[in-house]
Amino acid sequence: MSARTRILPALVALAAVAAVLPAGAQQPATVKLGIVSFLTGPAASPFGIPGRNGAEIVIEALNAGKAPPPFDKVGFGGSKVEAKYVDEAGSAANVVTEFRNLVQRDQVDAVVGYVSSGSCLAVTPVAEELKALTVFYDCGTPRIFEEKPRRYVFRVSPHATMDNVAAARYVLAKKKNITSYSGINQNYAWGQDSWRDFEGAMKVLAPKATADKVLFPKLFAGEYGAEISTLLTSKSQILHTSFYDGDLESFIFQEQARGLDKRMTIIMTTGETAIWRLKDKMPDGTIIGARGANGPLARDTEINRWFQKIYTDRYNTPPTYPAYQMAQSLLGLKLAYEKAAAAGGKPNADAVAAAFTGLEFTGPAGHVKMALGEGHQGITETAYGTYKFNKQTKMPEIVDIVRFPAECVNPPPGIDADKWIAGGMKGAKC
Amino acid sequence: MAARGHLVGALMFLIAAAVGPALPDWAVSLAAIAFANALVVLGLVVMWRAGLVSFGQALYYCIGAYAVALIARWTGFTDAVALVAIGGVGAGIVAALVGFLLARYREIFFAMLSLALSMILYGVLVKTESLGSTDGFSVATPTFFGLSLHGDKLILALYWLTLGIDAIAAAAVGYYFRSIAGALAAPIRDNEIRVEFLGVSVTGIVHGKVVIAGTLGGLGGALAALTIGHVDPAMAYWTTSGGFVFVTILAGAGSVAAAFVGSLLFEAARSIAVDVMPGLWQMLLGAVLLLTILFLPEGLGSLAARVGKRGEVKR
Repeated sequence: MSARTRILPALVALAAVAAVLPAGAQQPATVKLGIVSFLTGPAASPFGIPGRNGAEIVIEALNAGKAPPPFDKVGFGGSKVEAKYVDEAGSAANVVTEFRNLVQRDQVDAVVGYVSSGSCLAVTPVAEELKALTVFYDCGTPRIFEEKPRRYVFRVSPHATMDNVAAARYVLAKKKNITSYSGINQNYAWGQDSWRDFEGAMKVLAPKATADKVLFPKLFAGEYGAEISTLLTSKSQILHTSFYDGDLESFIFQEQARGLDKRMTIIMTTGETAIWRLKDKMPDGTIIGARGANGPLARDTEINRWFQKIYTDRYNTPPTYPAYQMAQSLLGLKLAYEKAAAAGGKPNADAVAAAFTGLEFTGPAGHVKMALGEGHQGITETAYGTYKFNKQTKMPEIVDIVRFPAECVNPPPGIDADKWIAGGMKGAKC
Repeated sequence: MAARGHLVGALMFLIAAAVGPALPDWAVSLAAIAFANALVVLGLVVMWRAGLVSFGQALYYCIGAYAVALIARWTGFTDAVALVAIGGVGAGIVAALVGFLLARYREIFFAMLSLALSMILYGVLVKTESLGSTDGFSVATPTFFGLSLHGDKLILALYWLTLGIDAIAAAAVGYYFRSIAGALAAPIRDNEIRVEFLGVSVTGIVHGKVVIAGTLGGLGGALAALTIGHVDPAMAYWTTSGGFVFVTILAGAGSVAAAFVGSLLFEAARSIAVDVMPGLWQMLLGAVLLLTILFLPEGLGSLAARVGKRGEVKR
């Protein structure tokens, strides 16, 4: 008897695993999507939650058949879309485990999500192996499609190279005689990559200007007294930062107390995520990016007005760029699905992937062309603008918007983003 | 007693291995990661018995993982068994070196120093942009004695490899617990000076425990890297170490088996929590830990012991 009682814990553990087995076959009339983004942790409020909200509102509108054409078919090709939301927080092991759970346990038809580039890099080989259709919505690293061609992985949102190349172009178009520039970026992959691309682009576009203070404070440091002191001694005309959320807000409050933004213009590549919260706390004249023509930088089109309205009506705040990226990703997937479904029956992952490859469409954030990574990575135009708080309406405004065509700020197909910048950005059509 | 323990232990591993093919892939993959992490927990248990808590066990976990990933990346050598062995030995060597420093400290100083060492590795990896900084990089698909497997077969092979190494580690640690050095753990925790008066070097024994735990950490990291297929510096971050301590508290230091059962339960609980409450899953895990500390201060292992005792009384 005693031996059996000792095996008990093992059996309990196995039972716990077995208890969550799929209960039954899915209904044929629905398309199941796994939506993964940060629901908890520091990246939730600026990126994860707007992405999740964007998915919720777009899926609702699609299921009601209320989206403007060509997205007006109910759900995906007439089948209602059922979404399962999963948290991205945790280690790479957790992210991969939850991805497997979605594909193999919950039998989703596609996974849309991921904010962190680390998550995207970890999920990509698993998605390829499981032949699971996956659309990344926010992560920025160009490595995903540069390391290897992919078959089942797509990204409608452009990669992060565009953001920093366009930032350099905007700064040089708006500010004459830049002799020196500085940067403050978080000490992790996103901050390092952002600075590397910005500095590379500046070296190509303004070879005489030099980088002065290059600061990499710890991620989520929250206190920048020493960095601000250093920057105050610099003669740089501009300061580049890819800060977001808590770090961005702390930095803005601390630098304004010491008047850093009066000395140099700050360029925030992800600043748009913070404007609706900060309002008049964001210094006027700051250069704001939105990782594409998203939010207030998006063109005034019918589909953009539709998306702005349904999102603002529900969440009482205008959609920020992660919401746009999610909407673009879902609309792209919908078109690919419907194109594949036109052949009859429920399309499998291979058919949708084939239809998705090289797709072109126009969504709330403008025209997307799946041009890079053998038709798996989208490019769009992008825009930068200057922040101005409108004291009458008490609302943020972006003025002096400059648009950059997709081919101007993205590498041409077949060349790695790093090498393209280092080689002088050859082939850029501006 | 020892022989019966071996028999039960072996039986448990055989049952776990036998049910593998019947389980869906996602469950096998979850169990493989849990059983890889269990090795790190087992290492913590070894030190825990002597009253030592390491908040830096992720150091060895990360070294094991990166050793596997880098060797596969730079040399193209992908044999799973050899890679895991290299990961374990590599971490063991590092543990032997830092052990000269660590073995002289106790309590909070031991915990903080081990934490500091793991954070140094984290800092260095974050600064290494050629290895993808915090994004990390992917691990090549492993082979088994020249055999390249894919899909469900690969996962099953990794699961069995993990179980095999777990079984060897469990037997070895069980043997160590019964040896003089292992048996002196509780006396060291209670009164080091008396142990010294027995003519035994406490520093030497602690050093040995650091090496054992480090090797187990490296093996766990190597297996986890192969199963996940991706490594990143977060594997060395203090929250990763904290996670292992969490599981150790959950499992308790009572028995070798508790480390494995605890780790599997923790992974399953986390996965279920994420599934049922996507925005609040941390709260569920926190509640589990709190309840464990309140009602089972000796960990889940003590539950089995209690049931066992009750059975013996009845007999």
